[in-house]
Amino acid sequence: MSSRVESLVASGHVAEIATAVRGGQVRAREVVECYLDRIAKHDGTLGCYLRVDADGARRRGDGVDAALASGATVGPLAGVPIGIKDIFCTEGIETTCASKILKGFIPPYESTVTARLSAAGAIGLGKLNMDEFAMGSSNENSAFGPVRNPWDPARVPGGSSGGSAAAVAAGLCAASLGTDTGGSIRQPAALCGVTGVKATYGRVSRWGVIAFASSLDHPGPFGRTIRDAAWMLSAIAGYDPNDSTSIAAPVGNYVQACAGGVSGLRVGVPEEYFSVGLEPEIESAVRAAVETIRQAGATVVPVSLPHTRYAVAAYYLISTAEAASNLARYDGIRYGHRATNVGSLEELYARTRGEGFGSEPKRRIMLGTYVLRSGYYDAYYGKAQRVRRLITNDFQAAFADCDVIATPTSPISAFKIGEKISDPLALYLADVYTVGPSLAGLPALSQPCGFSSAGLPIGWQLIAPPLGEETLFRVGGAYEAATSWHQRRPRALFGTEVVA
Amino acid sequence: MSIADVLSRWEPVIGLEVHVQLATKTKIFSPSSAAFGIAPNGATDPLVLALPGTLPRLNRAAVDMAIRLGLAVGGRVRPECRFSRKHYFYPDLPKGYQISQFDEPIVEGGGIEFLFEGKPHRVALTRIHMEEDAGKNIHASDGRSLVDYNRAGVPLCEVVSEPDLRSAEEAAEYVRALRVLVRTLGICDGNMEEGSLRCDANVSIRPRGTVPYGTRAELKNINSFKNVKDAVTHEIFRQAALLERGEKIVQETRLWDANRGVSQSMRSKEDAHDYRYFPEPDLPPIHVDEAWLADARSRLPELPMARMARYQQTLGLPEQDAVVLSAEREIGGYFDAALAHPGMKDLGKRLANWVMNELLARVTDPRELVDANLPIPPANLAELVTLVEKGTVSGKLGKEVFAKMWDERLTASAIVERDGLAQVSDSGELEGICVQVVAANPDEVARFRAGDKKLQGFFVGQIMKQTGGKANPKAVSEILGRLLK
Repeated sequence: MSSRVESLVASGHVAEIATAVRGGQVRAREVVECYLDRIAKHDGTLGCYLRVDADGARRRGDGVDAALASGATVGPLAGVPIGIKDIFCTEGIETTCASKILKGFIPPYESTVTARLSAAGAIGLGKLNMDEFAMGSSNENSAFGPVRNPWDPARVPGGSSGGSAAAVAAGLCAASLGTDTGGSIRQPAALCGVTGVKATYGRVSRWGVIAFASSLDHPGPFGRTIRDAAWMLSAIAGYDPNDSTSIAAPVGNYVQACAGGVSGLRVGVPEEYFSVGLEPEIESAVRAAVETIRQAGATVVPVSLPHTRYAVAAYYLISTAEAASNLARYDGIRYGHRATNVGSLEELYARTRGEGFGSEPKRRIMLGTYVLRSGYYDAYYGKAQRVRRLITNDFQAAFADCDVIATPTSPISAFKIGEKISDPLALYLADVYTVGPSLAGLPALSQPCGFSSAGLPIGWQLIAPPLGEETLFRVGGAYEAATSWHQRRPRALFGTEVVA
Repeated sequence: MSIADVLSRWEPVIGLEVHVQLATKTKIFSPSSAAFGIAPNGATDPLVLALPGTLPRLNRAAVDMAIRLGLAVGGRVRPECRFSRKHYFYPDLPKGYQISQFDEPIVEGGGIEFLFEGKPHRVALTRIHMEEDAGKNIHASDGRSLVDYNRAGVPLCEVVSEPDLRSAEEAAEYVRALRVLVRTLGICDGNMEEGSLRCDANVSIRPRGTVPYGTRAELKNINSFKNVKDAVTHEIFRQAALLERGEKIVQETRLWDANRGVSQSMRSKEDAHDYRYFPEPDLPPIHVDEAWLADARSRLPELPMARMARYQQTLGLPEQDAVVLSAEREIGGYFDAALAHPGMKDLGKRLANWVMNELLARVTDPRELVDANLPIPPANLAELVTLVEKGTVSGKLGKEVFAKMWDERLTASAIVERDGLAQVSDSGELEGICVQVVAANPDEVARFRAGDKKLQGFFVGQIMKQTGGKANPKAVSEILGRLLK
């Protein structure tokens, strides 16, 4: 393995890898082998991958090399190895959503997002671990075991896209795909010290993404840097006729926006997002990040999002209702797990679902079924939708005074595996800063902005108005230019604490 | 207890929900074929099978059909409507929910008009909503159950009437009228035996002269006009018998068994599903603007009641003829096509007679009338009617010509020429034959002149015999009149 490849992988930048592959400095196959080696070496401990598609990755790497050798044009991500959350349907490759109920399910079709990444030349290394059906924020709800935080293997990586965040942080892929329903990209990005982006609802197609809560599910990328995330989002964003909630507006130039600067931008800081329960080290890191952006040329204004305290309740009413509905299809009739030796149709349903679902999906199916029961629609789902409207209005009003809003991503840094598993409510409450933009469908990202005294990453969240992704990348780009958090690496995995 | 007996004491209150399968090429939310008769599970795709990650994509052709139906019944097409999810578990329902409409149906109000007991009649509609059909469970003889998902996702319009029907006959006529309407609109093939039109009936009874509704039962699985009548009648009897024994009606869903002519309870109100409706988050609301409405309106054909009125008013057809000719889309279509030929406008009644007496007698299914292989296309019938009217062929021989046209697929003029069936109207030739017949029968001539006018028929018969039936009867009677004076 050439040192050129090893240093490329250590820094792991999407554009650098693609440029090196295109320029013939490295072969795509070499890059793939280097990542496969790292997975073989480290993933036994970390548990990021549910399935490594080594043969497929090698084949696709050779394909890129052959295309380049023949002079054919390749995509902007040619030769970039990526990891894919196991919620994306991949044709011919088992897709389980980290649930026993989908064990053995091999989709006969490909999600729009993974198809677009393939078309851009990216090379899928395998399917990443997650909380079962994306329900959770610690990745402890996977039916196939937890993911460990690369910064401290005793701790959680966050969730539900825990595998996606940890794999990027550990250098087990250059970038990855996740999904964010109430914070499932942003929160693990914060806990693992990487950048994760959730675009405007409808900006990235949900076709082929296994549904958790349809009106809240946002597919999106993870990268080490803001630019990596911008490259990934550029490849996957855009209208898709297969998703009726897809937006037809043209896609912005996210990579260019990273260098756009923040001069003249107004950054709103909502006091409601610096509330009780926020770890003091996180608060000071986020306030320092705001100050950094001010010094880079932005102005800082206080804004108010008064309905924030209702967001978690509204989110759990809406998301559980939609989840109970979306998970009704797992009945053992057509695919996935099916109970044997049953005496009746009712028993087939009860046993299939009882055996197939883990406790968190069961809990949410029960909650969602309760929420939608006849006669209570207005009291629960209807009221939650009205709260959702008020929260959306809050943001709209705030954006009259600012261009982007800055907040902490998570009130807590990575906690110990098992520490909070018996208190689901406490975990639900930790979603407090991410669910608001989810309910409003707003673009938001999490970016590293420091480390705690325990050496754990801290992330800040940037939120923009609908289709304001470029603003997020301008702020994120300016922040990265002024700081070096994105260059930190877990020593045990890279042999160094800082890479260029 | 006769039905008249029961009805003298009890007044039925009936509301119908008719599921109209829309004749789109593809399913309502996916590109699979919506055709009937494909090998089991041959018309499926990842969405139909509810594979995870699939999303519905609305087929606008289905919406357009629903809009046309809404306009045809005079309903209000909502400018915005949406789909909802209706949840229940059953193997033929792949997603565990049906995408249907709940609080915002595409059409509200309107009514179905038809002739009932000889009078124009209108049954008000509550609403028309769109939804997807379910698949079919098949219970094999070896005890296994199989599921065919071909029907899953086929678009339906559910037409919901007000509880305004008061008899089983009225209910059957309502369904018949709705079938003619949807076939006229071309939005449903109306094949009840294939399930293209399926009916659920809500039935209750109340003592005559009282106002409050009784407890209702919902009858499911009613798939023909006869079944509508039989199932509703059976339910009226069943409820009357219970009430007259002092028992109560239980609100329940009952399944009609057409073979045995009875219904059986499926589930009571206590076991009723909680469908947990909520707006379908995968589909944005549907907006129907004025332009769409105007365009749909411009594509509406003449509706059955309007056609019936036109036949009576502009052609002067008796009501009975107008009813027959407008009863099926294809009959009216055939009649109108023939009517469009030169000279036919003034011969509407004649043409109607030929269609009703000769053509329809040879057709078992009205759809044969639009078949390219129909032996007598409208133009050929128009020609025959013209030949008879001009006197080229006699009315009696005309029927023979019709039969030959049907059997041999030839035009009327071709048959008349080939078989020499043209009437002998040439007065010189006829005169000679008449003179000969009069001369050959002096006794009869004497009796005729003495006042036995019935002998006219004898002379005509003799002349027809001589001419092989081709003598023009009018000309014959004119000549005989002169010779026998």
